[in-house]
Amino acid sequence: MTHISTDDVQRMAHLSNLKLDADEIEPMRVDLQNIIEYIGQLDELDTDNVEPTYQVTDLQNVWRDDVVNTYDLTTDALVGLAPEIENAQIKVPKVL
Amino acid sequence: MVTISDFAHMTAVEAVTQAIEKARSHTDFNAILSLNEERALERAVRIDKGEFTGRLAGIPFIAKDNFLTIGGTTTAASTMLQAFEAPLQSTAIEKLEAEGAICIGKANLDAFAHGGSTENSAFGPTKNAIDLTRVAGGSSGGSAVAVALGIVPFALGTDTGGSIRQPASFNGVIGVKPTYGMVSRFGVVSMASSTDTIGVLSSTTNDAELVMDIMSGQDSRDGTTLPDYFTPTTLETGLRIGVVSEAMTGSVDDDVRRAVNNSVEAMAKAGHTVERVSLSMLKYALGIYYIVVPAEISSNLGRYDGIRYGTRAQSESLTEVYGLSRDKGFMPENKRRIMIGSYVLSSGFFDAYYLKAQKARTLLINALNELFDQYDVLVMPVAPTPAFRLGENTNDPVQMYLADIMTVPASLAGMPALSIPTGTSDTGLPIGVQLIGKRKSDALLLALAKQLEEKR
Repeated sequence: MTHISTDDVQRMAHLSNLKLDADEIEPMRVDLQNIIEYIGQLDELDTDNVEPTYQVTDLQNVWRDDVVNTYDLTTDALVGLAPEIENAQIKVPKVL
Repeated sequence: MVTISDFAHMTAVEAVTQAIEKARSHTDFNAILSLNEERALERAVRIDKGEFTGRLAGIPFIAKDNFLTIGGTTTAASTMLQAFEAPLQSTAIEKLEAEGAICIGKANLDAFAHGGSTENSAFGPTKNAIDLTRVAGGSSGGSAVAVALGIVPFALGTDTGGSIRQPASFNGVIGVKPTYGMVSRFGVVSMASSTDTIGVLSSTTNDAELVMDIMSGQDSRDGTTLPDYFTPTTLETGLRIGVVSEAMTGSVDDDVRRAVNNSVEAMAKAGHTVERVSLSMLKYALGIYYIVVPAEISSNLGRYDGIRYGTRAQSESLTEVYGLSRDKGFMPENKRRIMIGSYVLSSGFFDAYYLKAQKARTLLINALNELFDQYDVLVMPVAPTPAFRLGENTNDPVQMYLADIMTVPASLAGMPALSIPTGTSDTGLPIGVQLIGKRKSDALLLALAKQLEEKR
């Protein structure tokens, strides 16, 4: 049986870009432990030589012409969705 | 409940006004997150002036709040998007508007459609239309309750693992999940890209069929849409119907089994060949689903970082802006699913969980296809129980997930499925029966549903 430790939770939170509060960790650990235990039931299935299914449409390579379609949207309307803007650009904290 | 034809003889302004008044008189159910009265009335006036018309001219409807709409917020019932105003509309809404339908407001859901009870909404749970102490089901709980209360004749929902069918069953309305790819997903908040579908909840099968007919079709903005195929049909001959034995065992509520059996009897009486069939893969469907879907969720929800849109937490550090925005913007269930997704996709666990699940998914689809070689329609309950009590499952995610066990198979296989009311429990709670068809047999399922509706 897979055991989920507090460190595992921290690692998953890190991979998920989630900064959890300290009091969120333990309840999350218990929930994740239970969920991972449940999904582990698939071990009972023999899947040797079975191809995985990633999509169900049978469609392949849906092409379109390489033409820009703005759908009547302006750059201002899209940039304007950002929480912080300056000079028509999205403002973020210092990166370097 | 109300139907599209109930509104047809009214002016559009009268129809919209009636629906909005009714919505305002039922706020205790918390089914509706926002009303867009100004835009709705503006469109109604233009329809009454004859500026445009269509098959749904002046008919009010409500969309789940994960459909992008213009003239109000699209919150996905989350803090992350609580102030988000979309710059464009989803294809489904555009198509309905082109036929004269009027979106009067947005319905509550589990945040980002993660859940089966509408208790995971950042804006409080929606209450069941029949019993205020019980859940609406979910994640399209608000849409189901809005139809059940007679506010609108139809409401839009999304169904990734049962999110239309289960609340439809819990509130006594019809819920239709189409074949994956029949309706464009463009402009709908993505959850799990390989199983997300757009469908309808309504009071009559006729209305559901009309709305699906209008919404269906290939869309250049969604590369997974199938070439047009949906055409309403009628039943010419008896169908071969299989009732899934594994879905009718003692672990399913007595009232649910009785209600489903009543509808199976009605099918036999109507001249269909009904037999018990076995789907031994059923017990693995939920395990497959809760690997594949969180994996896709963890990827799709990566876009919510507080930078380009949504709520941003304040910090000097960019990494902290991401981490804190996501911690504050997501509900606990969103975080659970994202983290499970990260886990099953992470190095060292990918083969054991994600690849294993996608292979098991093939086995499930093969098993379903084998049944569909012999049968036209499969019958199962929609959920093992009628609507459960508010709070009953909130502390146990696995118990909550188990409510999806009957609905996830069709989702994983991309097959059409619908829920139609078939009876009530001893205590008067609605129970639906689920019809599942092979891919692209949507019209046949609706025709069978229509026949059962007439026999009731």
